[in-house]
Amino acid sequence: MATETTKSIFWQGVRDGSPFILVIVPFSTLFGVVATEAGLNVFETVAFSFLVIAGAAQFTAVELLRNDAPTIIVLISALAVNLRMAMYSASLVPYLGRATLGQRALVAYFTVDQTYACSIIKYDERRDWTVRQRLTYFFGVATPICPLWYFFTAVGAMIGTAMPEGLALDFAIPITFLALIGPMMRTRAHVAAGFVSVAAALVFAFLPFNLGLLVAGVLGMMTGAQVEVIDARRAERGKP
Amino acid sequence: MIDTGELWLVMIVLGLGSFGLRFVFTGLIGDRPLPAWVLRHLRYTAVAVLPGLVAPLVVWPDATGGSPDAPRLAAAVVTITVGVLTRNMLLAIFLGASTLYGGLYLLG
Repeated sequence: MATETTKSIFWQGVRDGSPFILVIVPFSTLFGVVATEAGLNVFETVAFSFLVIAGAAQFTAVELLRNDAPTIIVLISALAVNLRMAMYSASLVPYLGRATLGQRALVAYFTVDQTYACSIIKYDERRDWTVRQRLTYFFGVATPICPLWYFFTAVGAMIGTAMPEGLALDFAIPITFLALIGPMMRTRAHVAAGFVSVAAALVFAFLPFNLGLLVAGVLGMMTGAQVEVIDARRAERGKP
Repeated sequence: MIDTGELWLVMIVLGLGSFGLRFVFTGLIGDRPLPAWVLRHLRYTAVAVLPGLVAPLVVWPDATGGSPDAPRLAAAVVTITVGVLTRNMLLAIFLGASTLYGGLYLLG
């Protein structure tokens, strides 16, 4: 295993990121369509995807702009959708903190749910990896995802029609995310964190600015950490 | 009609803000060591955020106007179960999608 080459790690990342093409293509196309319908030209639409590179925040911003919401409300709402990215950034510190500032900035730009989730699963599994190998894997995952996000935004902006509704593509996001969550459930602490997150997200769904998700995230993390402590103590006592 | 100046202002500030959120901890903390209790919480970030992100989409899907829908619930249960049992993402996606389309075909 120690003989893994940079190339093979890069391709592992590409392979693990590839299933998300199923999500990226329809949703970036849809963004292109929605944005042009709201009055943006092709260049503005693609620039939006390039500058912001965050699906949910982009949809939120365009929807509010179209409805003539005040600029400050547009910004607050769309940034609130992205608050979880700060949590992702924190959880990457132990793995990527020693990368150069430039590398960390590049990782930050390409941090989306999919690149983050794939990488964190892998980093947890492969504690022996060097920072360089971790970065290689991260950019491998980003390779089939991020360029397609720009490209199909342009396609959607130019063709002006989304995928047919009968395909039920609305469910591509939940299915691919759930498929990612499955392998994360490694210990009782992970499972407990997941359950609390689901319950809290549903209970606090009424909160404005998508803040329910933030509450769910914090409660889930506290649950995971607490269960880990309890289980560690129990294991300690169980020893002869 | 969206004003061009306002549009670019939103795109640039939102772009910078999103980058800031993504960079805030890796950028500022870098390689300074974090206390054990912080690390312990951070280990659960992914499992604490992603399920909460998906749960409302599963229970109140936009496509049905927000009312729970049997094929989508079944697809979600199959996907997560296969994912947990096999740790095979592609298989979980394939069986989940099959359940969704099968359910929509039978019930739709």
